Parts: sequence; structure tokens; C-alpha cells
Amino acid sequence: MTGFIKKVFCRKGKTASGPSDTNRGTSDQSYKYVVAGAGPAGVTAAETLRQNDPDGSILLLGGEPEAPYSRMAIPYLLVGSIEEEGTHIRHQDGHYENLKIDCRQGRVSQVNPASKTLLLEGGNRIGYDKLCLATGAHPIKPPIPGLDQEGILHCWTLEDARKIIELAHEGADVVLMGAGFIGCIILEALALRKVNLTVIEMGDRMVPRMLDPVAGNMLKSWCANKGVTVHTATKITKVEPHPGDAEDTLLVDLDNGKQIPAHLLVVAAGVKSNLGYLDGAGLEIDQGILVDERLQTSDENIYAIGDVAQAPAFEGEDKVVHAIQTTATDHGRIAALNMSGIAARYNGSLAMNVLDTLGLISVSFGEWNGVEGGDNAVSVDRENNRYIRLEFSGGRLVGAQSVGRTDQVGVLRGLIEGRVPLGDWKEKLKKNPHLVMDAYLACAQR
Amino acid sequence: MQKTLNIIPEKCTGCAQCEIACSIEHVGMFSPSKSRIKVFKFPDEGRFVAYTCTQCSEAWCQRACPTGAISANAETGAKEVCEPTCVGCKVCTIACPFGTINYVSERGKVTKCDLCGGDPACVKACPTGAITFIDADATGYDRMKAWAAQTGGGAQPEA
Ligand SMILES: Cc1cc2nc3c(=O)[nH]c(=O)nc-3n(C[C@H](O)[C@H](O)[C@H](O)COP(=O)(O)OP(=O)(O)OC[C@H]3O[C@@H](n4cnc5c(N)ncnc54)[C@H](O)[C@@H]3O)c2cc1C
Repeated sequence: MTGFIKKVFCRKGKTASGPSDTNRGTSDQSYKYVVAGAGPAGVTAAETLRQNDPDGSILLLGGEPEAPYSRMAIPYLLVGSIEEEGTHIRHQDGHYENLKIDCRQGRVSQVNPASKTLLLEGGNRIGYDKLCLATGAHPIKPPIPGLDQEGILHCWTLEDARKIIELAHEGADVVLMGAGFIGCIILEALALRKVNLTVIEMGDRMVPRMLDPVAGNMLKSWCANKGVTVHTATKITKVEPHPGDAEDTLLVDLDNGKQIPAHLLVVAAGVKSNLGYLDGAGLEIDQGILVDERLQTSDENIYAIGDVAQAPAFEGEDKVVHAIQTTATDHGRIAALNMSGIAARYNGSLAMNVLDTLGLISVSFGEWNGVEGGDNAVSVDRENNRYIRLEFSGGRLVGAQSVGRTDQVGVLRGLIEGRVPLGDWKEKLKKNPHLVMDAYLACAQR
Repeated sequence: MQKTLNIIPEKCTGCAQCEIACSIEHVGMFSPSKSRIKVFKFPDEGRFVAYTCTQCSEAWCQRACPTGAISANAETGAKEVCEPTCVGCKVCTIACPFGTINYVSERGKVTKCDLCGGDPACVKACPTGAITFIDADATGYDRMKAWAAQTGGGAQPEA
């Protein structure tokens, strides 16, 4: 049976595009595994399913007319260091066909756990034995008047990227709303496109959910030195048309009374899990789809992973949506193991980020802002833009952040997730927190 | 049988020949700072530890990579970075709990040990036999892998 939904080919130079076939045909089809969503989480799940079940039929559904790609790679497309294909998750010709993964385009509009079927936009109904929801998140549009105009974009999909590339020409007046983690990544890409960039962040510093004030302000002055103005503690109140200006068609109003003419406004104000198609499905939902340590939802045949899932955290009892790449792919693997009958327990998601802000590299892990009753080790060198702060709970590391270090940063994850007892190395780290690698070798590798 | 690096810290004298050999092999110059194997010194204990990637089978770096730039060499089992595909996002450098894949800012790419295609330069350069290249089963790296299995990503199939 073919043609019930558009097949997505993964070939160099032949990215799937054009209209979807979802409106044609009404044939039903059943698969052992259906993975809804073809981002990093969904692709990891589909491949892990195939690794562990050589024969079970697998449908991988993407919601966009593209071969499976990574949003994370979009900034590199914006700066021109890769072509669109460079954002694809896999590059070998016929990768999905070779794995007998049926990779198609189609958006789920409804899930019916009782009949183990899902409905696609366009009317097709598909049956599953096990369903994995990997539909990701969408960017939030804050309730600010005037955001529905031409020249205002998110930076979330390949389609967004194409439009940004068109508008963000050299010298263009561009305003970026939000200097959170994703905002900062976009900041770098826009700056490298040599636009005239103004960044507006309502928080008191850059990346307030990843770095503390010391680190956040290091980033801010670094940006200023590179010619990028970042207005923190500032809000955009309204966006107005700017009649009579053919280039700067927008006027961005700030709460300090200033108005900034802009050719392009990029909105990076956070993301929210895609849950709209689950109305009536009866799954337990909070900020995301609630799952247990097997990534299983409240329905035993349905799993949820990545940006759409609210899953156990590494620290603490509360379930969290960690909309990051590492969590998405770790989820994908664990869910697929469980779906294919190999019981696997997830240790919980650890928040982790690495950010390159015009050459200044920062990382943060876990409880970077400390835990109650914990203590820390800090070293600041403002002149050389070097900073490290380690957070301990008793005798182990629970969080960390650093600026200006790239070597062996992964051991921070190793120390935290390994719950490695630091013994007398904790005191040594308090004297010199830069010795994390030494502490790791001494405590974790003996 | 695939082979793996076996490093015995007790035999390491900290001479850094491995770092020199690695940098000559990979970047064509005498530059220990560019080596993918690093010798860490513990002066208080008079102890040296040469340290590099264990090529773990469920590689965190590989799984986290958004563009599929890290793959296993079918012959050697080494997890290799495909430079043209690597966008330099560094997510692998925080995902790897061993800290053995690192960003090189001059190139805008990450690097890691690739076992030199099956004939590791560090092994040939080590004068004391602290680094050997032996059958995967026989190495102390099993210990590290066992540790790896309990941590990171919780990728732990239950018995
Ligand atoms: C510009 C940018 C930079 C980023 N940089 C980083 C970074 O440096 N580090 C980091 O950790 N994270 C980063 N992220 C976040 C990271 O990209 C996400 O966490 C990751 O993509 C989540 O993967 P996912 O598979 O859960 O969801 P997604 O990648 O969003 O994939 C969701 C998939 O589901 C499909 N879909 C949606 N709705 C439906 C539906 N109803 N039916 C069927 N399919 C559907 C979509 O089309 C897509 O294929 C960045 C994101 C952006 C936009």
C-alpha cells in the first residue's frame, strides 16, 4: 500500500517538499510502532526500535514538509556554514528505507487510545500497537499587540529560517525579543549575518534560566564589546506598522518609551509542548505529556519523549519538560527500549546547555543555582572572562556553570549523574574549582 | 575482535610522549595541547593518569549529535567525528560524561580519539607500556563502561 501519506525521502539535494498527500485516499494502515514527530527524539526512537526489533513495522511521521532535521542546526544554516541538508539528522542515501523505517509526512490531529488508532490531518486513520509521541514544542507568542505582522518571525523551523535568511540582510535593522538560551543562540547567528542588531530581554540579565548574574553579565559586556546592544530589564510593549518606510516597516515600542525601527523582529520568548491534538485522548497532561521512568504515559501503549514530554527529573520529585537536545535523544532511546520489550529505567533528565556567544563559551548543568542546605565553590576572573561555580549537596556535585572553558566540560555531567562521592576533593575544589577534571579522575575513575 | 586502549596509570611516568605522538599524528605538529589523549598529574601522590575516550558502545556523544556527525568505524569500533558534518554546536561536549570529546575553537569543530584508524600513535610512543592496544574484553575499560552504564541518560536496561 503506498501513497496514503507523503513519503519523505532522505537524499542529498532532494529534500522532500511540495504539498502533502494527506488529503488523498482514506485507506487505513496499521503498524507495530508509530512514532509521531521526526525531530531528534523521534528519529532516535525509531532507530532504537529497529535495533532491538529487526522486523516490526515502524512508521515515522514528520509534521513538516522536510526530511527529518534538527532545529539545533538552524543557526549554522543562518550563518551560511551549512546548507539546508546540513541540518538533516541523517545524511546517508536511503537511510530510513535501509532500516525499513517508513518515514512520511503527516500531522496527527487526534489520538484514540481505546481503538489504538490515530487520525491524521486530511482524514487518514492509522493503527498502532505502540505509539510514541515525539511532537516537540512550539515557540510562544507573547500577548503583545502587533505581533501578527509581516516581518515578525520565530526562529523554530526550517521554513522560519528561510524567511529570516531573506530578511536579515547585511545592515538590516533587526530586533530580537528574548535573550534566553535559544535567543542567545539566534543572537549569535544574526550578529554573524552582520545585521544591525538590538536585543530586548525582560529579565535582569542574559540567559537567566541557565546562568547566574555574574556569568550573565559577563556575556552582556562581551556582547557590548562585540557591538551588539542587549537591553536587559526591558519589555517590548507593542509593535506598530511604520508607514512611509519601505525598509523598516516595523516600529518596536519599548517600556522605556523608546521606539526602534525594524526590518525584522525575531521572537524568542520560550516554547511550549505541542499538546493540541490530544484533546479528548484522556492522557494525563500538565505542562507536557506526563510520563513515568519508562517514558510511558498514563496509557500503557503510548509513550512520550522530548520537548512534548514531562518526565522524571534527575534531581527532585517533580516531573519536568526539559526542552533540550540531550534530553530528547536520551528519552528516545529509553522509550524505544521499553516499547520493544526491553525494560529500561530512566535516571531522570538533567538540564544541560552549552552556549557560544560570539566566541565566549558558557555551560550549565543541573542545579547550577544551588540547592537548599548546599554549598558552593566559585572562581571569577572578569578580566579574562573566566568563571566557574560548582554547587554541592553534602559530598557530591549537583550543579555547575562555567564561562570560558571548553576542555573536558562533560565530566561535570559525569560527576553529577554518577553521584560521585567527592571525599576530600570537595575541599580541594573549594580552593580551586577549576580542578574538576582532576577531581573526576581521582574520585570517579579509581 | 575489536581492540581497545588499555591504560595502566601505575606504569605512567607522565613523560607526555603520548600527547606529542597524538598531536603529530592528528594535526601534524608538536603540540601536546592539541592531543586527544591527556596526561593528568597528581603531584601530591606522585601519580600520573593518561586519559582518553573509551569508545563506549552506547556513545552519548553520538546519540546527542543533532546532525549525525559521529559514527562508529565498522572496523575499529572507534566513534569518529565527520568534520564536514559537524556544525560545531558542542552539545556532544556536555553530553559525554567522560569529558573526552572537546571543542577546538580555531577549527569550529569537536575532536576526540579515533584510535588512529586501528594503529594508535600513543601506544607506539609510550615508553613504559602504560598504554597498550588489546582485545576489548581484557581491559580495565570494562569497569569504566560499567560505570558508564549506571550513569548518564540512565540508559540502563534492567536485567
Ligand atoms: C534555533 C534553535 C536552537 C537550539 N539550540 C539548542 C541547543 O544548542 N542545545 C539544545 O539542547 N537544544 C537546542 N534547541 C532545542 C532543541 O532543538 C529541541 O529541544 C529539540 O529539537 C527537541 O527535539 P524533539 O524531537 O522533542 O522535538 P522537535 O525537534 O521539535 O521535533 C518535533 C517533530 O514533531 C513534528 N510534529 C509536530 N506536531 C506534530 C503533529 N501534530 N503530528 C505529527 N508530527 C508533528 C514536527 O514537525 C517535528 O518533526 C534549539 C532549538 C532551536 C529552535
